[in-house]
Amino acid sequence: MRNKQVLIVSRLVMLFVLLCSATIAYGASEQFKGKIYDPGILKPVDSRTKLKAGMPAPLFTLPSITGDRVSLAQYRGKKNVVISFVPAAWTPVCSDQWPGYNILKDFFDKNDAVLLGITVDNIPTLHAWTKEMGDLWFPVLSDFWPHGAASKKYGVLRSNGVSERALFIVDKKGIIRYIDVHDINKRPSLEMLVQELEKLNK
Amino acid sequence: MKKFLSVFMMAVSVMVFTRTISAADRTPATGEPFPDITLPMPEKSIQKEYLGLKGNGSFRPSQIKAEVLIIEIFSMYCPYCQKEAPNVNELYRIISSREDIKDKIKIIGIGAGNTPLEVDVFRKQYAVEFPLFSDESFSVHAATGGVRTPYFFVIRTRAGEPGVIVYSNVGTLHDPQQFLDLIMKTSSLKQER
Repeated sequence: MRNKQVLIVSRLVMLFVLLCSATIAYGASEQFKGKIYDPGILKPVDSRTKLKAGMPAPLFTLPSITGDRVSLAQYRGKKNVVISFVPAAWTPVCSDQWPGYNILKDFFDKNDAVLLGITVDNIPTLHAWTKEMGDLWFPVLSDFWPHGAASKKYGVLRSNGVSERALFIVDKKGIIRYIDVHDINKRPSLEMLVQELEKLNK
Repeated sequence: MKKFLSVFMMAVSVMVFTRTISAADRTPATGEPFPDITLPMPEKSIQKEYLGLKGNGSFRPSQIKAEVLIIEIFSMYCPYCQKEAPNVNELYRIISSREDIKDKIKIIGIGAGNTPLEVDVFRKQYAVEFPLFSDESFSVHAATGGVRTPYFFVIRTRAGEPGVIVYSNVGTLHDPQQFLDLIMKTSSLKQER
């Protein structure tokens, strides 16, 4: 009986810790003001990718917000590709991740790499959302229709139809060199991306 | 009795946690003391010199040799902060160019949730000359109420006392010269020219 009570109390305490961290786990930019929808703390990862480093990267062709279509294959033999899947427009962590990458063009250039940003949102939504970020130097692709097809190929489509927060690094031969299916609630640190990209050119 | 005990324990845990939340749940306003935070000692001697600091390890903002301290909470990932960077640089430039106030007003930036590399990217991208610090664990960000970025605090410091906030606002500081005039007025720093 006593143990049970202790258990209940400790669970309540854990719940509180979780609730607290929910409010301070990210630093929101004033840029988006009240426009960001906060989904709260989500299940960190809700899919399982069968892909592994060393495997060929699944090919895809997707429409971009600038109107043209972008294929992974077009970079074969030319550029390393960093694919950044983010779950959804107008959500807390995602709205910060790409603006950060937006000031890293020199670093990507130095490593002979391009960045492809992908979400399952449709083009008009992506247009409005990325407008808030300023001019982005990298293509933003819509995996809206057939819904989440590219995300599914990469094994990062969650059960509610959005993608994971995931990074795939694909080398010039089209081989996957690094996979990070990240905790959806957190932003992957730049240190890891830098380290992995620099490895490609060694 | 057992029931009482469990209710009591629950109440205590709720109290403990609401206390810790309340520290983080509110952004300190004008007229209030700035939260007691610690920052890592800058590595570069030119920055230590700017802040009037000595030694290694960590320091408190109240140790900074200044009469007025401007703290920007920013993030490398925040588009607004990116747009605001030239404006803050201009403020720093104006202050540094004025003999009468350059030793009295200092600026630091704190990168909420930013790793040292992320802070460094921001520093290089915008050629920021004033010291920037990494708050990777969000601890300063939490202590200041989880503010949106960029957020500006201006603190009137007095030797050996915790500083008092004279300005606390989110978003752009607008015109740097007017901002400087405003904070000199609110912190009753004398214009000497």
